[in-house]
Amino acid sequence: MSQTAPAPEKVKGRVMALEGDVVVAQAMRQINPDVVAAYPITPQTEIVQTFSEYVANGEVDTEFVAVESEFAAMSACIGAAAAGARVMTATCGAGLALMHEVLWCASGMRIPLVMAVVNRSLSAPLNILTDQTDMMSCRDAGWVQLYGENHQEAYDNAIQSVRIAEHPDVMLPVMHGLAGFVLGHTLGRVELLPDEVVRDFVGEHKVDASLLDIEHPVTFGAFDHHDNFFEHKRQQWDAMDKALKVVAEVGEEFEKLTGRPYRWVEPYKLDDADLAMVIIGSGCGALREAIDEMRAEGIKAGMLKIRCFHPFPGQAVADALRGKEVVAVMERATCIGSEVSPTFLEVQTALALRGVQTKTVNYIYGVGGRDTIPAEFCDVYRDLAKIAESGKVEPVFRYLGLRDF
Amino acid sequence: MALTLTEACPQEDRLASGHRACLGCAEPQIVRQILHGIEGPVVAASPTGCLEIITTPFPTTAWRVPWIHVAFENAASVLSGAESAYRALRKQGKIKDRDITFAVFGGDGATYDIGLQFISGAFERGHKIMYVCLNNEAYMNTGIQRSSATPFGAWTTTSPVGKVIPGKKQHRKDITGIMVAHNIPYVAQTAPHAWRDMMEKARKAGKADGPAFINVLCPCPRGWRYESAETMALSRLATETCMWPLFEVENGNYRLNYIPAEKKPVTEWLKSQRRFAHLLRPDNSEVVAELQQGIDHEWEKLLRLAGVNEA
Repeated sequence: MSQTAPAPEKVKGRVMALEGDVVVAQAMRQINPDVVAAYPITPQTEIVQTFSEYVANGEVDTEFVAVESEFAAMSACIGAAAAGARVMTATCGAGLALMHEVLWCASGMRIPLVMAVVNRSLSAPLNILTDQTDMMSCRDAGWVQLYGENHQEAYDNAIQSVRIAEHPDVMLPVMHGLAGFVLGHTLGRVELLPDEVVRDFVGEHKVDASLLDIEHPVTFGAFDHHDNFFEHKRQQWDAMDKALKVVAEVGEEFEKLTGRPYRWVEPYKLDDADLAMVIIGSGCGALREAIDEMRAEGIKAGMLKIRCFHPFPGQAVADALRGKEVVAVMERATCIGSEVSPTFLEVQTALALRGVQTKTVNYIYGVGGRDTIPAEFCDVYRDLAKIAESGKVEPVFRYLGLRDF
Repeated sequence: MALTLTEACPQEDRLASGHRACLGCAEPQIVRQILHGIEGPVVAASPTGCLEIITTPFPTTAWRVPWIHVAFENAASVLSGAESAYRALRKQGKIKDRDITFAVFGGDGATYDIGLQFISGAFERGHKIMYVCLNNEAYMNTGIQRSSATPFGAWTTTSPVGKVIPGKKQHRKDITGIMVAHNIPYVAQTAPHAWRDMMEKARKAGKADGPAFINVLCPCPRGWRYESAETMALSRLATETCMWPLFEVENGNYRLNYIPAEKKPVTEWLKSQRRFAHLLRPDNSEVVAELQQGIDHEWEKLLRLAGVNEA
């Protein structure tokens, strides 16, 4: 065709102020899954109760199964998905920990379900507030893990997750995290797409095999000995590798629709930065402010936000951090025992594998709901400047905002 | 609705032969007969356990009906999800109403112990699921460890007979009573020698308008320590000693399905299996007396509930 096609019109959304939990529930309403099985837990409860209202008012076709525990929630989701249903759920913290065994069953059985995780710390001491220990502690369970920074991303991730999970090359469960109280229970700006746009985007749910296909009885969940287990697990590694491409493709398609770009990682003032922080989730907001302040002081500060944690986008991370003098990997989780934190392990490995040489340090921050304010992030950049000057990185493992005790 | 052999025999077995059950194992016989008893299509599930292991070593399967296994605790939850999917997809016109029966076949470990919460949850929610407990009275798949279904005094590898402890110190849990207390439409106990009783109960459970529970005694030659040819004889003896009464509870109404002409003493039961061998020693006579007392108490309670006046 000789005619140049006009740039496609972006879909206009409806701008609203909603709590993060309600944002997720709204996305679920628009996706209209066949089955939702879920159990309330602070600070995820509002997702379950808001969605229950949609069910009670007949706004969705969903069978809502109000189970008696998170373990049952995940189990019922697996059963429903094996029966050919599109399935969604939500949990956080202790609820996700209770699901742990069946998280592995869901991914091993290649169940493409989607779960919002309203990130919460893990006991003890009992704490219901924000950190990412819940998702970090099940990072090896074979799920795709996305994180949203704000209300809009929580909404957009919920919608994209359906496409990622159900992609024939992937067929893996997806969990997408949003910060507990900071997003889940706080009003924020969000642009909701029209219902039909969401339904078109996620499309019809199709399955190759179903428990309900009486004429073609299928055995789901047969057991493997040493002779087949390895080969079956290898297929999961392959699927996770392929998910990396699919996450990007779905993000690009979503951008065409909405104008909102979604990739594995997102830089902020990183191109010319000497000092960089790698961060996941809602802390990005305060960090952006800190970066602007540091830039005003003449310090070349920048940030790399990781949206897609698993599959880990090692190449993209290494490319983004190449040439930086000092990198701080920020971790909002209490995974204890390694020399460093989970995200640091991933980032450092990605750098080392690709010969990217930069000084790296690791900060634990914001755990158990502790606020991290821009001034504290500024302190980190000043620390990084000292490291750049002195060349000394020790101690590599650091705490931000920790009182003397 | 009496079920006849001529009706059952021409049907294809819905659990194929060639599985890996031990010689004399009651499980495949029970599952086959119950699947015969259920009218119409079946979607089945099993928790981790003997049945799951003997029927589905990849790449083989003995199941001719759709079947799913996920984990040890959660078969009731898994099927409650599948049954919800069935309702959701039917409601939207995405699939036809096939009058599918959703059936769990799980051992006593998965039923009495680790999975109890999940069964209770599914029953409280009213999912139309029938749950069949293949009760061999211990964790047999891991090698004969005690469960809360293991009878008082029995030897298992975790209730061993030692110098100071003579086998299991606790009485078995009344799981059937717990299921009755959920006020579900159908609860029953049966045993495989009573094939018609078992198949008719399966049929009723499948037709029940809500959750149903069938507790089936499942003799296990390896765990109970008896010759494999004795399985059906032991099943019968369990009912004759009232160790395992056959009864059903339809919408709260108890009915006894078998009253032995002469109730045999529990020692007959103990003599038949080497897991009880130590109880026959004179120094354990008090254990036997307590066991007999427990059986008598349960039997009398059942007679009362069923409104039977025993002469």
